[in-house]
Amino acid sequence: MDYTLKELMTIAAAREIRDGDIVFCGTGISMLAAMAAKNISAPNSVIFFETGAIDSLLEEVPLAVSDSRVMFGTSVNGNLADAFATMQNRITGPHVVGIMGAAQIDKYGNLNSTTIGDYFSPKVRFSGSGGACDVASFVGRTITFMQHEKRKFVQKLDYITSPGWLDGPDGRKKAGLPDGGPASVVTNMATMGFDETTKEMFLTGFFPGITPQQILDNMGFEIDVSRAKEVAPPTAYELQILREKCDPQRLILG
Amino acid sequence: MKICKDKTMSLKDAVRKYVAAGCHMSIGGFTVSRNPMAAVYEIIRQGIYNIHLYAHSNGQGVDELIGAGCVSRLEIAYAGSGRFAPTCIRFKKAVQSGDIVVEDYSNYQMTLRFLAGAMGVPFLPTRSSLGTDIMAKWGFSAKMRAEDPRLPDQKLTVMDNPFGSWGDAPKLVLVPAINCDVTLIHAQKADREGTVRMEGLVFSDIEQVKSAKHVIVTCEELVEPDDLKANPDQNQIPSFCVDAVVHVPGGAYPTACYRYYDYDPGYLNEYRRYAEDDMLYKKYLEEFIHGLKDHQALLDKAGKDRLDMIRADQRTGYAVGLDRR
Repeated sequence: MDYTLKELMTIAAAREIRDGDIVFCGTGISMLAAMAAKNISAPNSVIFFETGAIDSLLEEVPLAVSDSRVMFGTSVNGNLADAFATMQNRITGPHVVGIMGAAQIDKYGNLNSTTIGDYFSPKVRFSGSGGACDVASFVGRTITFMQHEKRKFVQKLDYITSPGWLDGPDGRKKAGLPDGGPASVVTNMATMGFDETTKEMFLTGFFPGITPQQILDNMGFEIDVSRAKEVAPPTAYELQILREKCDPQRLILG
Repeated sequence: MKICKDKTMSLKDAVRKYVAAGCHMSIGGFTVSRNPMAAVYEIIRQGIYNIHLYAHSNGQGVDELIGAGCVSRLEIAYAGSGRFAPTCIRFKKAVQSGDIVVEDYSNYQMTLRFLAGAMGVPFLPTRSSLGTDIMAKWGFSAKMRAEDPRLPDQKLTVMDNPFGSWGDAPKLVLVPAINCDVTLIHAQKADREGTVRMEGLVFSDIEQVKSAKHVIVTCEELVEPDDLKANPDQNQIPSFCVDAVVHVPGGAYPTACYRYYDYDPGYLNEYRRYAEDDMLYKKYLEEFIHGLKDHQALLDKAGKDRLDMIRADQRTGYAVGLDRR
C-alpha cells in the first residue's frame, strides 16, 4: 500500500483521538487529523475551533480557523470568549483534546511558537501563541505535531509559549495550572508519549523503515526508546477516507 | 459612543474624524475573515502613523498596517493569515528589525482584556499562561509603562485565589482591561443609527466594539432600522456604541465576509510575493493602495471575473470549489 509521510502522520494522530472527545484543532494537518478521526474511528467526537464554531460540517478543508468553511453546517456559531471558556470550564475542559504545533518542543512537552533567539531581538519571529497557550493551559490532553529535527527538539526552549509538564511531575501543580497536559507527539518519524511518573517524553512508535537510533540522532535530548513498537501503516480504509472524504483537493496533503 | 439618528458618512470622513496619529486602535475580524480592509487601506492612504494597535488574531489587516509603517506598538496574540502566511510577513520583518515594539498575549487573554474594558472593570482573571514566558517576558519595559499613563504598570500579574480553596484554583493570572480610542469593524448589515448585525462567527468584535471610545462600522448592506428590528435576536451591537456607519460593499476584501464573498486566494498569494521583498512591497503600496482613490477602485482593479469567482454560494456561505492553491 502506497502512502505519503503526511498521510501516515495524519492517521497516526487521528488514532490518538478517542470517540467522544471534544477536539480542538488549529489549521493544516491538525484539522485534517480531526476530520479523519471523526470519519474513521471517533464518529462521536465533536470538532471545534477557537473562533467559536462547534461541530462544523467541513465539506471543504478550511485554510484558517476563521475560514467561512468552519461556519457552515455547525451546531453553534459562538465566539472566542465562549470557545476558550469551554476549555477552561471544569466540566467540559477535561474532555477536550487539543491538537497543536510548534517551532520547538522540550522533553516535558513545553512548546515555543513565538521566537527563536532572544525575545527582545529575535533571530526568527513566529506568529505567537494565538490560542495555543490557552489550550495547553486548560485542556485534558494535547497532541502535538512536530518536524523531527535536532533544532526543534531542544534541551531548553528559547521562549515558553504553551505550558507542557513545565519542569516535571509537579510543575503544573506548582504553577497553579489545571490537571491535564501533553499526551503525545507525532512527527515525520515517530510517535511519542510522556511517562506517567517522570512526565518525560519517551518513544512509543517508530514509522516503518525508521530505526529508534535515527530518531535519537534527530533530537537535541535523549529519550527512552525501550517501549517503542513499529507504527502500523495506514489501512486501505483509513487512506480512502482521508483522500476521498477529508482532503480530495489535497490542499493539506499536498 | 454616540447617540444620533443618522451616523452615515464617507469612509474618508470617518477615518479623518476618529483615527489620529498615536491613537490606541483595534480592528475586528480574524486572520483572513471579516477584517475591515477598506478602513485599513483608508488609514494607510491618509498616512496616519504611530498607531498603538491591539489584536487577538488579526492577520491581513495587521500585516498591511504594519507594512505601510502605520504601527509603532503592537499588543497581539497571533499574527498569521492561515495557510497564505502562517506568520504574517511584514509583521515578522518589522519585529526582527526592531521597527515595531511587540508584546505577546494569548487569544483568550486579549479577548478577556477587551471584555474587561467593555464591562468597566480594570482586569479579569484566567488560569491561562501560568508558568510561561507570556507571564515572564514583557514586551514593554517597566520604565516604558511608568512613563506612559496609557499603559498599565504591569503586563500581567498572578494573584492567590482570594476565596481560598473555593473553585479549586490556587492562582490566577490577572489581565488588564483595554479601552481603545477607536475600533473598526466590518459587518454584514448595519442601519444608519448604528445597530449592527454580523453573520457567522463574531470572533471578539462585540467585546472590542463595547470597550472602545469610538467605533467605525463599515457594512456590506445599509438597511432600514425596521429591517433589523424585525429580527432583533440576530443583532449584536446596539446603536449607541457606534459613532460612524459607512456603507462599503466588499469592505472586507481581500479577506472573507461570510455569506457575501470568500477570501481571494489570488490576491493573498500575490500579496505574499510582494511582502517578501522590500522593494516589491513599495510597489505594492503604490499600486494597490496609494495609487487608488478608494476601495471601489481596488474592487474594480480585481475585476468582475475575480469577484464572481469568490462570490459566496447561497447554501454554504463560501465559494464552493474555489481554486485555493
